[in-house]
Amino acid sequence: MNKSERASPNQHWPAIRFSVNGRAEQLKVPPMKRLLDVLREDLHLTGTKEGCGEGECGSCSVRMDGELVNSCLVPVLQAEGAEIQTVEGLALDGELHPLQKAFLEHGGAQCGICTPGMLMASAQLLELNPHPSLPQIREALAGNLCRCTGFIRIFESIAATIAPDCAGHAAESTLEPTPHAR
Amino acid sequence: MRGNAEMHNLVAPGELGAVLQLLADEPGEWTPIAGGTELMVAFSAGRLAAPKLVSLWGIPDLRAIEVTPQSVIVGAAATFLDLRRNAVISSELPLLARAAGWIGSIANQSRATLGGNLVNGSPAADSSPALLAYDAEIEIISVRGRRRVPYSGFHTGYKRNVLSPDELLYAIHVPRRFADHARYLRKVGTRRAMAITKVALGATALLENGMIREIRIGAASLAPIPMRLWQTEAALLGRSVTREAMQSAHRALLKEIKPIDDIRSTAEYRRRVAMNLLDEFVLSLRPEGSQS
Repeated sequence: MNKSERASPNQHWPAIRFSVNGRAEQLKVPPMKRLLDVLREDLHLTGTKEGCGEGECGSCSVRMDGELVNSCLVPVLQAEGAEIQTVEGLALDGELHPLQKAFLEHGGAQCGICTPGMLMASAQLLELNPHPSLPQIREALAGNLCRCTGFIRIFESIAATIAPDCAGHAAESTLEPTPHAR
Repeated sequence: MRGNAEMHNLVAPGELGAVLQLLADEPGEWTPIAGGTELMVAFSAGRLAAPKLVSLWGIPDLRAIEVTPQSVIVGAAATFLDLRRNAVISSELPLLARAAGWIGSIANQSRATLGGNLVNGSPAADSSPALLAYDAEIEIISVRGRRRVPYSGFHTGYKRNVLSPDELLYAIHVPRRFADHARYLRKVGTRRAMAITKVALGATALLENGMIREIRIGAASLAPIPMRLWQTEAALLGRSVTREAMQSAHRALLKEIKPIDDIRSTAEYRRRVAMNLLDEFVLSLRPEGSQS
């Protein structure tokens, strides 16, 4: 619906409070509005992408109270009081997150639509398990679809983040046996 | 057609009593929503019929996992990640832990709830075969009180169940007495992750002197509801694993399942795979090293 069509925009809905990337927000939006749309349209945080809109592709992944969620499936009222982290919250003080650097260096991003979700899912994985095996990486990213890279460069980017000192070799050894060879 | 958020109201009373009161005051008017992994998909696609929804997210009593000497009592709004992270479930109820890992992706498991999976009532529900194999019980709550029904009787028809409009699925009681039983769980889908079941079978059995003393088999995607395979069980109960027993189990299985052709598979494929999974389970019950 076009915003200008609303009789009294944003007035009759209760205020919903939550924090995004450490910043407190308070909004009057329909409680069923998808968190994804609130982030993009109301808070202008357009890093979070919509792919499928049905929880299959993971492009809209954000972290909510420390858990990875598909923001297209969260009615914003259920984010009341929550701490949300989006891809915009990964870089600190202008310094890219190690995962972001690794994705850049190792070709983990091409068209970029899946990348914010890939980064959030990877960040979630590394927070819970700083040294994941390849099967663990694959499981953690199973809900994030990429149509460009074929995934291998994404796995390599994550492997490089785990052992940045020996990036090339780390990717190889962590990724043994390669998915192709199986 | 996209869903329009302004066409729906969603309230979050934040505690169970208030939710039950709402359901009692206007029975059938309010649609409970937990993690939203089903209903929000329908909403996004513009096919969510529910004008009024009440949130079950963030209600602590509904999300608790309690362990008693007899059972693991899983709150209906416990997420599949909650299940996977529970030490007793991973060690004592491995079928349930594994089924929890089948649900979509991590981002789905962090929101999708066990109660939601059952109330949604898909014949392909990932948690159902395990719960049927473990002989789980469903605890239902309303302002009128609580009642319990065997999970095997919870689904009454395609996407229908025993809940009255004022009732809420409160908890799933999974008995702990199956620790020594043989167990089996296998899902056949198009790929390992994010795939909806073509056929799944879950089972437990207890053997005594080579005879099957107890057996429970649950199936997904073989009928309009996730079903307990009562006749197949009866064909095996009290028998040892012989060619004859397996043949009569096959006949019973083919008689009681009602697989269909749909976008995911065909009835014929489902019949064959169901028999193969049954064989895989039953053959695993033979004493080690036996051949026959």
